[in-house]
Amino acid sequence: MRFPAENPAMEEKLDFAAYFAGGLLDPHREIPECVSDPRGKSAERRYNIYRNNVIVSLIDALAAIFPATQRITGPEFFRAMARFHIRATPPSSPLLFEYGHDFPAFIERYEYARDMPWLADVARLERAWLDAYHAADEPPLAKEALSQVPPELLGCLRFRRHPAARLVCSNYPVVDIFNANRSDAAVGKIAAATAQSALITRPAFDVELRGLPKDAEVFLSRLLEGGSLEVAAASAFEVSSEFDLASTISMMIEAGVFTATFPGEVQHGY
Amino acid sequence: MQASKRTVGSDVLRFPDYPVQGLAGTSFKPEHLPAILAEGSRHGFFEVHAENYMGAGGAPHLALSRIRQDYPVSLHGVCMSIGGPRPLDRDHLARFKGVVDRYEPALVSEHLAWSTHDTTYFNDLLPLPYNRSTLELVASHIDQVQETIGRKILLENPSSYLVFEESTMPETEFIRQISERTGCGLLLDVNNVFVSAANIGSSAMEYLADYPLNLVEEIHLAGHSEQETEEGELLLIDSHDGPVSDAVWKLFEIVIARSGPIATLIEWDSAVPDWPILHREAIAAQAILDRGQHIEMPHGDAYAISR
Ligand SMILES: [Fe+2]
Repeated sequence: MRFPAENPAMEEKLDFAAYFAGGLLDPHREIPECVSDPRGKSAERRYNIYRNNVIVSLIDALAAIFPATQRITGPEFFRAMARFHIRATPPSSPLLFEYGHDFPAFIERYEYARDMPWLADVARLERAWLDAYHAADEPPLAKEALSQVPPELLGCLRFRRHPAARLVCSNYPVVDIFNANRSDAAVGKIAAATAQSALITRPAFDVELRGLPKDAEVFLSRLLEGGSLEVAAASAFEVSSEFDLASTISMMIEAGVFTATFPGEVQHGY
Repeated sequence: MQASKRTVGSDVLRFPDYPVQGLAGTSFKPEHLPAILAEGSRHGFFEVHAENYMGAGGAPHLALSRIRQDYPVSLHGVCMSIGGPRPLDRDHLARFKGVVDRYEPALVSEHLAWSTHDTTYFNDLLPLPYNRSTLELVASHIDQVQETIGRKILLENPSSYLVFEESTMPETEFIRQISERTGCGLLLDVNNVFVSAANIGSSAMEYLADYPLNLVEEIHLAGHSEQETEEGELLLIDSHDGPVSDAVWKLFEIVIARSGPIATLIEWDSAVPDWPILHREAIAAQAILDRGQHIEMPHGDAYAISR
């Protein structure tokens, strides 16, 4: 099989794409000389159709991934912000459902969004939601899995993360804001002072979202890092002496955070 | 992220080998799934964009598996960048093969266009000049795709808004030679023919007369929108956001009268209506296809290839 593009002599004649691509995301760039209007007029108007298709379709792609973020800011604000981001960080993969992982960090730096400090966390949660939506299918840990473990081995038990499971930590009530803005219903009052972390899972085909208090977040963080039940529980009790271990464990099993348990040391490549 | 051949229950998917020839179908939109299953006609086919099924798992695969049990599916790639000068993205090609293997589609197609250059994916079908260099380029890319997936693809004609100074042959000639060199089949987008002719100031009828209809295994019909320039010039945009226009229906009838029935898809990708409205467009196309079965082919017509 031959690849003409790998032959330098052929590359010379195939530079149309470099010229054509140059101005697609740069409205100030001159239009490429290699194209023309069939009626002999300036091809600018026609080239601009491609420019417009590219930027509008990519803005639409971000709006589809971040609907709550758009609802909070309003479409005009969102589209202006998205346009800046796309020009700075256009997609590098043709899989658009994987685009926008850098968008929350961009929002954090975006000067017009400074008076909405929770906005980046909402975007982080939306991005994690879509990752969970497309994650690999795996059955979560069975409900009775822990009751079969001998009590003396429970403390050193470790867990294998489900492909969809994610934690998004926030100093704002990010789950409440997300829920209020992912439907068309009117947004009620949300107390801005409550810190909330989001647990995202997908035990079957529907993505599930739970708000966690700080102690439960620390507990799950430890387990997701590969720490033992004992270590995770100790960390959670350090955060709050009122940490409810039993109900947090049954919540994490029901949510489908893990797919399997294994004893002892962290087993790499498990 | 190689697509897995297994479902949650870990049984290998094996789908019925439904024929697609002579049927009218529509783009598959997951929001239509309940209405499609409730109606349960099991007539026609559905086309999906391959890229939407390149995630590892989840609801998209569940929905498409359900559809594929009852219907033939056409797999339409929109971003292989076959017309671009850079080598094909091998990861993307592997993912594409994964979707073909998983869903055993009745038809597999891609575009005569490019969408990635260097490290940027532009999410649009971008044009290329038609000359000997690009002919060799596109042919080698199609060879590579067909060798990888182990089957023939159909190449779709683009919608054009401008022309390249470096073009040395008409699009119809370019497409004919590509097919001769690679053995690929063709996907004739009649709306694109109409849109390009209006924008370039050429004749859609002449295009169809020069086009190798005998190689067509699928037809696309879609809606377009109009845009007026400052000088009052009308440009047509291939927007896929509304019903098929009367002029495109007319061209479709002419094609079918010449070629006989061919699998025909109604493409509707934005401002997607409720299922009954989309389905009605497919029913209209099916009526023309069924009539095409009975049309007498004029003797000596080079295009009256029996299918
Ligand atoms: Fe098409």
